[in-house]
Amino acid sequence: MPERPPVPPARRVRHAQQDPFWVRWTLTLLAAAVVGLLVVVPVVHVFVGALSGGLGAYWQNLFGDPDTRHSILLTLTVVPGALAANIAFGLAAAWAIARFDFPGRTLLTSMIDLPFSVSPVVAGLMFVLIFGLQGYLGPFLQAHDVKILFATPGLILATAFVTFPFVARELIPVMQAIGDEEETAAVSLGADGWQMFRRITLPNIKWGLLYGIILCNARAMGEFGAVYVVSGHIAGQTDTMPLRVEKLFQEYNLPGSFAVASLLTLLAVLTLVVKVFLEARVPSERRNVH
Amino acid sequence: MSIEVRHVTKSFGSFRAVDDVSIDVPTGELVALLGPSGSGKTSLLRIIAGLEPADSGQVFFEGEDATVRRARDRGVGFVFQHYALFRHMTVFENVAFGLRVRPRAARPANAEIRERVMSLLKLVQLDWLAGRLPSELSGGQRQRVALARALAVQPRVLLLDEPFGSLDAQVRQELRRWLRRLHDEIRLTSVFVTHDQEEALEVADRVVVMNHGRVEQVGSPQEVFDRPATSFVMGFLGHVNIFHGRVEAGRALLGDLAVDWPEHAEPEPRAAAGYVRPHELDVARAPEGEGGIWATVRHVNAAGAVIKLELEAADGAALRVDMSPERHESLAPRVGERLYVQPRRLRLFLEDVSPAAR
Repeated sequence: MPERPPVPPARRVRHAQQDPFWVRWTLTLLAAAVVGLLVVVPVVHVFVGALSGGLGAYWQNLFGDPDTRHSILLTLTVVPGALAANIAFGLAAAWAIARFDFPGRTLLTSMIDLPFSVSPVVAGLMFVLIFGLQGYLGPFLQAHDVKILFATPGLILATAFVTFPFVARELIPVMQAIGDEEETAAVSLGADGWQMFRRITLPNIKWGLLYGIILCNARAMGEFGAVYVVSGHIAGQTDTMPLRVEKLFQEYNLPGSFAVASLLTLLAVLTLVVKVFLEARVPSERRNVH
Repeated sequence: MSIEVRHVTKSFGSFRAVDDVSIDVPTGELVALLGPSGSGKTSLLRIIAGLEPADSGQVFFEGEDATVRRARDRGVGFVFQHYALFRHMTVFENVAFGLRVRPRAARPANAEIRERVMSLLKLVQLDWLAGRLPSELSGGQRQRVALARALAVQPRVLLLDEPFGSLDAQVRQELRRWLRRLHDEIRLTSVFVTHDQEEALEVADRVVVMNHGRVEQVGSPQEVFDRPATSFVMGFLGHVNIFHGRVEAGRALLGDLAVDWPEHAEPEPRAAAGYVRPHELDVARAPEGEGGIWATVRHVNAAGAVIKLELEAADGAALRVDMSPERHESLAPRVGERLYVQPRRLRLFLEDVSPAAR
């Protein structure tokens, strides 16, 4: 064995391995300034604007206006709808990609990312093209009195499309890492498909699934572009919270607009807290994967 | 319960993993499927279990066609190579799983499940670990939990895929002796897959040697070791010295060795080879009769119950000779010395290659 060089004094080691003092502090300050200017100040401003008339006015702005009230209710309907659809689609897609080898598997994997790369407005237009009166299914739907565009089903569809990748994206690597051995073992012990899924697969992927749901939920609540196109923007009928924020803003009702925006922000912050909590757990679960 | 495999074939793409295999496993026997990796032994095991469909052919359990049954209805206990324990369940729940997923009518009461699981854990000597998670166990313990879990459903057949494959040498030795004793106790028809010839010969009642998706030989450990049917079996079951050459007019000519082989009396030469195990070679300073060759001692490994000599023949071929310590002491071979090497027993096989190609 070659002889080791003598250990240098601690201070010299630090000098050799770390960047100079001014580099570290400049970068830290720069990052803090960007976050402060682009994130903290606007968020604080939303709450300041919302509460500028006092708590009573804030409450009145949120729940006194029937159209605003309806937009809150609508968002609380559309988001769970889109979530339910994406949990089902996400599980199915992740299962297919992680467990089966079929022609077009790679294509399907990249198709899942499509909603991330397509502009939500384009996605909305797509739905108009399919379900609109000039679209492929429009006349058929109208003949059977089924309303999709400018109604809640359309909003759910558009939201689900835009947020589709979150659950699937989160589940595919988790399921691939876990492998199918435990599932095969369950089948060989006599479990049927549902028992295998509920007792083996679900407990193994639960944190990944929850994480995907949280992200999906956050994105779904804030969805604007696709929903804007398919909703028709009918106050009290198809306005979700983000649309309502924009409409109030256009009507120069700044306190009202800020009030709804602050509620959306609160929901987002709540999501963030749950996400941080989950992130602390998910890695420890994944460490046991191998 | 007996297992019969009839003309089973399975391909993955253009690769033929199992090629028209037929074997019988009599009730209560412990049979080893032995072969190198890629020989189709694991695929065959999974086909018997119903975890993999065969392209053609049938599997019978006790004379009844099992091919039409799904894996979960076959009554098979399967022990996976990497155990495949349910990582989020305790040892107890792992073993109880097969009972808990039964349809309500066939499901034992909780107290009975508890009793069954604990007695199985006692059988595999792990009752004191019932509350642990699989990640808290050693490899050997996980293996035994996997076995208890497979036995919990009271299978009619036990199938084990490389049961000792991922354990270190010491644990492996212990566990395979334990498995043999366990089998003698419960007498469950069992098939296990292994690539380790020593393991197969030590544990199994019968050994099925496989190569390239085909069965090379079936027999008791002694049969396959002493009377290998093919050169592959001979070479796979332990170390061999190979003398290449040809056979013509009833005589095999293998380098400097020449022996009678009356079965091949045809005058045209065919490629052949003689196989000799290291312990079937005698070495001496002077020739004792005919039929030996001279070789130079290259290395002597005198540690162990068997002394291993490495020699180099005149044509450069390496030879391995095993001898007893007593013989080693009386002969006292030195490195660099020339000794006369004589096979006590030579097994002759025709080679597939034509003489012209050699």
